[in-house]
Amino acid sequence: MANEDTAAKSSADETRAEHTWSGQHYRPDVDIYEKDSELILLADMPGTQGDKIDIGFEDGTLTIHAEVEPRQDENAEYLLREYEVGSYFRTFQLSEAIEASKITAEYVDGVLRLCLPKSEAARPRKITVKS
Amino acid sequence: MVFRYINTRHPIHQLRHEMDRLLTGLLGRATGWPAPDRGRPATNVWEHGDTVMVEMELPGLKSEQIEMSVSGGELTVKANRPEDQPEGTVYHRRERPRGASERALRLPADVDTSKVEANLADGVLTISLPKAESAKPRKISVAPQKTAQEKQT
Repeated sequence: MANEDTAAKSSADETRAEHTWSGQHYRPDVDIYEKDSELILLADMPGTQGDKIDIGFEDGTLTIHAEVEPRQDENAEYLLREYEVGSYFRTFQLSEAIEASKITAEYVDGVLRLCLPKSEAARPRKITVKS
Repeated sequence: MVFRYINTRHPIHQLRHEMDRLLTGLLGRATGWPAPDRGRPATNVWEHGDTVMVEMELPGLKSEQIEMSVSGGELTVKANRPEDQPEGTVYHRRERPRGASERALRLPADVDTSKVEANLADGVLTISLPKAESAKPRKISVAPQKTAQEKQT
């Protein structure tokens, strides 16, 4: 995208590294918010469960992967078919230093909510000027 | 909104399916055709035995925020997704749709609208519409033809 934000960049494509799973994977829509103490990431990922979501954070790269069970028979007779059902995958390169051990995740109503606390060094500090 | 009974074996639909698969590799999401509309949730409808199933992905909503009604052979689903930006934050990226959305679908004539059931779980709304009893195929037995003798008596 031309106008890339500073806090998070989406990696160019997931095709750089080969993945072991097969099948179609989709990029969930995501909101990323920031406050002084943490980043908050919200991802629309309907149709999965908490225990099917894998979240990894390594070297500043956040990876989200979730398996979705098919909800229709393979040979179902469709009267209308406007979207596909499949697993989710997305990665982000985070420019903030994150306390990996303090990342929390919650999955409610098909939305994944990640809180990524910033490490001490990354938090903004007020610097008083002595005069 | 009228159901399109899609013959998936038609070459045009096979071409579209191929294009969707190609574009999905580039964009990571199957593109709707026409383009998906934020205010109009994408819907899948299929038959499961004697039931017509309708499904929409509506993440981030509680069942109280979804309105569903059936009237005059049309199923209408309305939802309003409120703003959920956490307090005291600035945004870096906003991709998730919010606000009002609505979809009206014309139902096949043979569903029994009094038996509609809906279920919302993990952001997926599933509506099942059983077909009316009278619409199910019935065997009609043909009475045997009377022979000339039987007709006389």
